[in-house]
Amino acid sequence: MATYTEYPPRGYRVRMSTYWWLGKWPYLKFILRELSSIFVAWFVVETLMLIKALSDGLLAYAEFQQFLQNPIVVALNVISLCFIVFHTITWFNLAPKAMAVRMGGKRVPDVLIAGPNYVAWVVVSAAVAWLVLRG
Amino acid sequence: MAKRSNEPLLWVLFSAGGVVAALLIPVNLFLFFLAFPLGWIDAPTYETLLSLIQHPLGKLYLLVLCTLPLFHWAHRFRYTLYDGLQIKHLDELVNTFCYGGAIVGTAVAAYLIWRIP
Repeated sequence: MATYTEYPPRGYRVRMSTYWWLGKWPYLKFILRELSSIFVAWFVVETLMLIKALSDGLLAYAEFQQFLQNPIVVALNVISLCFIVFHTITWFNLAPKAMAVRMGGKRVPDVLIAGPNYVAWVVVSAAVAWLVLRG
Repeated sequence: MAKRSNEPLLWVLFSAGGVVAALLIPVNLFLFFLAFPLGWIDAPTYETLLSLIQHPLGKLYLLVLCTLPLFHWAHRFRYTLYDGLQIKHLDELVNTFCYGGAIVGTAVAAYLIWRIP
């Protein structure tokens, strides 16, 4: 009689705790970085509300400004800014790991790859601020 | 023939959105949602802001600023749910929620930008 062998065989598996990432700082950092995406989504929602308010007229815009002054919304936006800056820094610092450039047989130092990203960040931020504020 | 995976396309959207989020969200979040409403910096007038978003390049900017980061969110949040909560077995539900959310968000963004007066 043919016997059925399960492959791969069922073995003993350690069940990981749902809170495995709370134990060590690098794990926690990883989860915090991953959670930054929630605040990215919140920013998009807020931006869409801003577009709607601007389109609907002066009154709607004033109401939206009042909403943004609500202490809970202010707190949420401060936390969002922290998480998103954390995303920015971790994203730029990942670049040298994602592209290991070699020149003359030697690996280009991480700073030379991550550095230009930070320069671009400053330039782009200044350009946006200038466009909005020049009046 | 094996079914082609969507994963590379989703990953490209994730990383493009990650770049847009990293470069553009901090300054926009700071100015529009903290500094202007709280009076830290003198806000431009309503008319100035409206004329900025009425410009075709302004609309394009808003479209990029809203849609790519949504796909960044979808991809990253999907894996946050998988790894953080260990719910890989619910992947159909999670995928529908994440990518479905990003697609709905894109449609809403396109509509709101299209109806700017």
